[in-house]
Amino acid sequence: MSVFKDAGHLFRFAGLFVLAFLIFLVVRHYVVPKSFGEYGHYRGAAMGEIAAHPAKFAGHETCEGCHTEEATKKQAGKHAQVNCEACHGAIYRRLPAPEQPKPNLYERFVALVVKPAPPDPPLLRHAEDPTVKPELPDTAVLCARCHTASAAKPKGFPQVDPAEHYPGPPCGSCHQPHSPAMDGGGVK
Amino acid sequence: MNISRRQILILLPAAAVAWKSVLAGSPEDAPNYKMSDHWWSMLIDISKCIGCGNCVRACQTENDVPEGNFRTWVERYHVSDENMTEPEVISPKGGKDGFPVAQEDGKKYFFVPKMCNHCADSPCTQVCPVGATFISPDGVVLVDQKYCLGCAYCVQACPYGCRYIHPQKEVADKCTLCYHRITQGLTTACCEACPTGARQLADLKNPKDPIHEFLKTHNVQVLKPQMATGAKVFYNDLDGSVR
Repeated sequence: MSVFKDAGHLFRFAGLFVLAFLIFLVVRHYVVPKSFGEYGHYRGAAMGEIAAHPAKFAGHETCEGCHTEEATKKQAGKHAQVNCEACHGAIYRRLPAPEQPKPNLYERFVALVVKPAPPDPPLLRHAEDPTVKPELPDTAVLCARCHTASAAKPKGFPQVDPAEHYPGPPCGSCHQPHSPAMDGGGVK
Repeated sequence: MNISRRQILILLPAAAVAWKSVLAGSPEDAPNYKMSDHWWSMLIDISKCIGCGNCVRACQTENDVPEGNFRTWVERYHVSDENMTEPEVISPKGGKDGFPVAQEDGKKYFFVPKMCNHCADSPCTQVCPVGATFISPDGVVLVDQKYCLGCAYCVQACPYGCRYIHPQKEVADKCTLCYHRITQGLTTACCEACPTGARQLADLKNPKDPIHEFLKTHNVQVLKPQMATGAKVFYNDLDGSVR
């Protein structure tokens, strides 16, 4: 005669617990993203996804790789520390976003937990395709942004009142922006 | 425990394959970039900022920041001798289009660029209920936008006002310290576009980074040090009136 004679209902109850725990493990396996907890209480793969965002500013080293003449001129002048894209901006063109494949049943299930973010549309930068042309900056606007006199700017920074300094044609007609001393002879 | 040479030879490649699968898909596996070798921060030199707004525009271009929201912005302070604790602060469109010309009036003027402080003990990451915002192993506070619910607890928790809810994505958005650039060896878009060098990306784990010498030899502060957030955006020449 077994000592567990009257304990059958407890075993059935324990069995239910084990079953519920197994179901929990299976559901957890599918709904918790793979890399969650890899580095901490977050999805480790998120860092890779953020790092995959396309860079639009190429960096002055990239520009200087081809535009050596401008780089040399700039290096010798007062704008030596001003990076190319500070004035020219990021030069790129957006490409049409590739069509996304329709999500399958599993992906739709995952999407209930993890929202699918649309991927960044691809870019074509001037550095990769020279036909993506930059616009020539308007020196009347560009130079004034930094050099318009204001009591709020650091005292040692070169500043002028544009209306008083030269009300005529834009700055680029006298100053060469890559090396802005007067002997620069204007925009070339 | 005795392991034979045969067993070791069988176990070693199996362990290598297992380790590879742990690393797969993580930035640690990215070529030439090892997260554990970096601890990113930023140096902002108030005495060099001219309020041109280049950083704000560059950030908006690089990161597709929606109109009316800012990952970085510039404030102009106007402080009188009589009332230093109540400065007049303006930031029209975040300083994106520059500032109105200021006339000399005997009071003090200066610009303060602001951005996420990438705090080491960040309040925003502590309040996130789902683990969608976190401090990466290289010291950058990031948002996992696939995981974020958009509850905006973090927006309220940030003492520096550096977060917003993205109007289209409906999730929290903020400065990533151009994580996609710094992991490729580039500097941030704001640093690249700053014409005076008022912003410098710094790596506190790199012993050769000039930040170490700069921090030793200058009067450098962080914003709201009393909040013990471990802010990592260092300000040179920061005026006491800045909040």
